[in-house]
Amino acid sequence: MHNKTIAELSAALRAGEVTSRELTRHFLERIRSLDGGLNAVITVTEEQALAQADAADARIAAGQAGPLTGIPLLHKDLFCTDGVRTSCGSRMLDNFVAPYDAAVVERLREAGMVMLGKTNMDEFAMGSSNENSYYGPVRNPWDTERVPGGSSGGSAAVVAARLTPAATGTDTGGSIRQPASLCGITGIKPTYGRVSRWGMIAFASSLDQGGAFARTAEDCALVLGAMAGTDPRDSTSIEREVPDYAAGLDADLSGLRIGLPKEYFGEGLDAGVAAAVEAAVETFKSLGAEVREVSLPNTHLAVPAYYVVAPAECSSNLSRFDGVRFGHRCENPKDLTDLYERSRGEGFGPEVQRRIMVGTYALSAGYYDAYYLKAQKVRRLISDDFLRAFEEVDLILGPTSPSTAFRLGEKAADPVSMYLSDIYTIAVNLAGLPGMSVPAGFADGLPVGLQIIGNYFEEGRMLNAAHRFQQATDWHTRAPHGFE
Amino acid sequence: MSLGSDEVVRIAHLARLALEPEAVEGYARDLSSILAFVEQLDAADTADVMPMAHPQDASQRLRPDEVTEQNQRERFQTLAPQAEAGLYLVPKVIE
Repeated sequence: MHNKTIAELSAALRAGEVTSRELTRHFLERIRSLDGGLNAVITVTEEQALAQADAADARIAAGQAGPLTGIPLLHKDLFCTDGVRTSCGSRMLDNFVAPYDAAVVERLREAGMVMLGKTNMDEFAMGSSNENSYYGPVRNPWDTERVPGGSSGGSAAVVAARLTPAATGTDTGGSIRQPASLCGITGIKPTYGRVSRWGMIAFASSLDQGGAFARTAEDCALVLGAMAGTDPRDSTSIEREVPDYAAGLDADLSGLRIGLPKEYFGEGLDAGVAAAVEAAVETFKSLGAEVREVSLPNTHLAVPAYYVVAPAECSSNLSRFDGVRFGHRCENPKDLTDLYERSRGEGFGPEVQRRIMVGTYALSAGYYDAYYLKAQKVRRLISDDFLRAFEEVDLILGPTSPSTAFRLGEKAADPVSMYLSDIYTIAVNLAGLPGMSVPAGFADGLPVGLQIIGNYFEEGRMLNAAHRFQQATDWHTRAPHGFE
Repeated sequence: MSLGSDEVVRIAHLARLALEPEAVEGYARDLSSILAFVEQLDAADTADVMPMAHPQDASQRLRPDEVTEQNQRERFQTLAPQAEAGLYLVPKVIE
């Protein structure tokens, strides 16, 4: 049952072969028996899940079911969930029970999806390995000595381990695509503004975007279609109709123009990853796509620009955690400054503190022009590179991550080396473009992800290409040992 | 750009973060290496480049000036570390 896709489970539910309650119990049982070695789930919401499953079964019986009705999922623990702890992977919010549902949670609930619980993540979504969680690191189901990627590491691990057919995530610099790549599943980050950020705990507001994990592009199309859309409560959400992503999946790829950025295949790329990505490109050629080289000359500036913009916005966003209105408060504060400083010092972990300080420094008097303004200008250069490339090609392909999953602790001592594991994903966020990662093979037994980047609002075309690729390959059907 | 321990302590105070004294040196090293890394931006020619604030250059939408939120003070204050009689409690600010 747990190896079936959402599309298959949905058909089984409507045919009466299985009930949502049975599905829900099955996946809850898998979480109970298999998550111990992964640490991918922070909170299990069994009672609510069974109630939602019964409601879904009633909808199905009444003939009012949509394609997602009765399908279980987990939410990254950064989406607010009414009445359920929303920790953001932080001691600061260890005691925070959200008083409302995020727009994404609300929409997927209305679509009939059943929430099984909340997934582990890097604290406040800051990290590329899921080692920065207050709740301990998540382990990669393919090799539990290795990281699942981050920051949505828990969401990627639960889907890879077949503990759920789908999960939500957020992507500020690669936090959906990189863990999807390292865990051998499919993940999509849509265009900035496509999915409402309302109720998503903010990290870097000009970059944050919600998205979905599943095992196939078809399943991602279903979940993204239900998540996306205008929301008046998020002033950055775009007013634009959401196409029927599932309807366009089968379109022929003949004549599709694919660009390979030469900067994505140079120094620093693991040979095994390069080989898998090159083989994937050959598959696209056999499906009728035309492939040419393109150039994104400012690629090398993306990670440095990001590490000004993201910390600056984080230092501003995280100033709301003051130990007064919600979240952690220190014991016996002697005055208000002491209350603020010790509550924040105790509540935030080291990586969050590093980024708050980098951001505070970059925004402090006399430094704004040299850092934030300069980075926002470089951001324009990076975005212009993509726009020029998209005059010649329809999609851009390349590796999602320069390597496969690395070992726990391997990069933990050097923040900059950790930052560079997002070298191919970060530019996409700076430009606000949609991107996804699709399983494209293995290197030394570990999954390799192919990144597909589209022009603004071209999620449909990306999903179409990914779906056709998955019909021609079977990498996305491989399950890690012990989780088959 | 290299930051010393004094500078880190100053930034931490601006950010209202109490650092453990033994952690300051490590932060000074990490922040210096991050700032040195982002210095690569200096080499980029950005004369006449408009800073990018939003990918679609969208501007903020306006909405009618109508009350849409309900007051949920009691509910929200149940989340506070200390609240009483509708007020958030903090250490005495004015003597």
